[in-house]
Amino acid sequence: MIQAHLPLLIPLTLLFFALLIPLFGTKVPRSAYFLALSGSFLAFLISLYGLVRVATDGAISYNMGGWAPPIGIEFILDPLSSFMMLIVTGISFLVIIYGYRVVPEEHPQTQVSYFSIVMLMLTGFSGIVLTGDLFNLYVFLEIASLASYAIVALGDKRSLVASFRYLMLGSLGSAFYLLGIGFIYFMGGSLNMKDVSQILPFISGEPAVIAGLIFVVTGIALKMALFPLHFWLPDAYSSASSVSVALLAPLGTKIGAYILIRFLYFIFEPEYVTTTVPITSIISWLSVAGIIYGSIMAIAQDDLKRMLAYSSVAQVGYIGLGIGLATPLALTGALLHIMNHSLMKAALFLVAGNLQIRIGHSNIQKFNQKLRHTMPWSMAAFSLGALSMIGIPPTAGFFSKWYLIVSAVGESQWFFVLVILLSSLLNAVYFFRVIEKVYLSPSKESLTDLPEEEEENKYAQNEVSFSMLTPTLILSACLLVIGIFNYFIVNNLIDLMIPSNF
Amino acid sequence: MIEFFLGHQLYWVVSLLIVVGLYGMLVKKNLLKKVLGLNIFQSGIILFFVASASKRNATVPIVEATTKIIDSSQYINPLPHTLMLTAIVVSVSVTGVALALLIKIYQKYKTLDEELLLKQMQ
Repeated sequence: MIQAHLPLLIPLTLLFFALLIPLFGTKVPRSAYFLALSGSFLAFLISLYGLVRVATDGAISYNMGGWAPPIGIEFILDPLSSFMMLIVTGISFLVIIYGYRVVPEEHPQTQVSYFSIVMLMLTGFSGIVLTGDLFNLYVFLEIASLASYAIVALGDKRSLVASFRYLMLGSLGSAFYLLGIGFIYFMGGSLNMKDVSQILPFISGEPAVIAGLIFVVTGIALKMALFPLHFWLPDAYSSASSVSVALLAPLGTKIGAYILIRFLYFIFEPEYVTTTVPITSIISWLSVAGIIYGSIMAIAQDDLKRMLAYSSVAQVGYIGLGIGLATPLALTGALLHIMNHSLMKAALFLVAGNLQIRIGHSNIQKFNQKLRHTMPWSMAAFSLGALSMIGIPPTAGFFSKWYLIVSAVGESQWFFVLVILLSSLLNAVYFFRVIEKVYLSPSKESLTDLPEEEEENKYAQNEVSFSMLTPTLILSACLLVIGIFNYFIVNNLIDLMIPSNF
Repeated sequence: MIEFFLGHQLYWVVSLLIVVGLYGMLVKKNLLKKVLGLNIFQSGIILFFVASASKRNATVPIVEATTKIIDSSQYINPLPHTLMLTAIVVSVSVTGVALALLIKIYQKYKTLDEELLLKQMQ
């Protein structure tokens, strides 16, 4: 009974709680946190149940209002969308736990609307993932984007201008997407994804369809911050507050990657996008450029959050490379990296938030060995995240890179292999800068009379509170667990997601 | 050549609007003009959808009780128009959020000029 409604239940639960929060929050501001927490936990449970059902029984489709698919809007829970849904709801649940102390501290006046906007953003994300209609996807894309502009704007002093820029480029991306669907709709006459994928083989030679595909890919590339279109990302991420960035960085760009995978391999055919219109090779070359650029820029940053933001540009490149190589193995790597990078970035940004709260800054140059005594757990989580980013087995990050390298070798793309290996070295450089400052700098005695000492005493010199530490540790523990059970995940989940027409 | 230009008047208008919009968004230094550029860009897309759906010698897609035979070629496709109603709502909300941000930026920095803003932020 409930199973048939699963695809709609997830966005509906999130939307329901988004509207419930202002209703109760105006009377009792503190209730906003608990409502957001229960809403995201409920959505997480539903997604988990959905994933189990989909893995055993196959895809579930829901017709909105009882109208059959080509006419009505369809919501689909298939292996790919249920996997994405689990990532989105799981990570958002953990990050919202983290907000217990942080949100009232960072947004004292606006915590009620803040949680409401967060839930709206998650509604948008879940709608994008679940919808089976091209125009519906645009509407959910704009809901999610509008919410994320608002969330970025609630950050530090530079955040207003960063948010405005993000808005300009984000809207440009959505507008390009809309224009692209327009071309495809007027040629094919349908907006339903399954329907369009059946019509496309007959009209794929039309220049208008090719133009539509290019517009859509450009728009989505702007949203997922693929290399030359990434310039909104570092400013937006580094000026957002710590909870916001821990939600945006792992989820926002991955949603873009998801739309790209849907478009290239489920709506269009793999053969069409690789040989007829070689858009995938453009994507993979841009991704490779992004990997190098992002890693080098990350080395040049002094601020931890900014460094992580540039590293996001590089990591999006890995996902783009997996999409661009267009083999089942590479797509496995891309999907695995979507999950792994979401977990790693969430963990690392939460540690950056912990540092911001406890020592009042996230400037790498000012880190010292005291951190390893005062915040041992946070720093351990950071190190685990860093090892996973570099790709050291058995952490999760190793395996996604492994799949990418193996598929690049299989395609004889030696330059890509070289770039992946080189970028792992660059990752090591910028993460070991932090690890070196914290773990390998001289012992306590020689540093007791540093000038920063008095300034730092204002802040409590101990580990962050329980509500902040737990999600950080769970996320970084996930990196080990997923790394160890990687074979199981790939065999039982990701193999189901690879489209059969490869 | 002339036929090519005259046969695609709609597309020339739409592309002109889109190019003007993009110019405004990317080149203009005043943030308000960027928002205007975004609006022009979106109007171009809306016009593209609405005009592409129109048909010569066709009418609104309302079936009257008296007409028995329904010939789909006599009706305009209503779907793009409904889609654009949604797109207009979306573009209004984007403009709303953008203007709200501009008000906040102006209250804080007393300017909307991009170069002056960047100077003040450093």
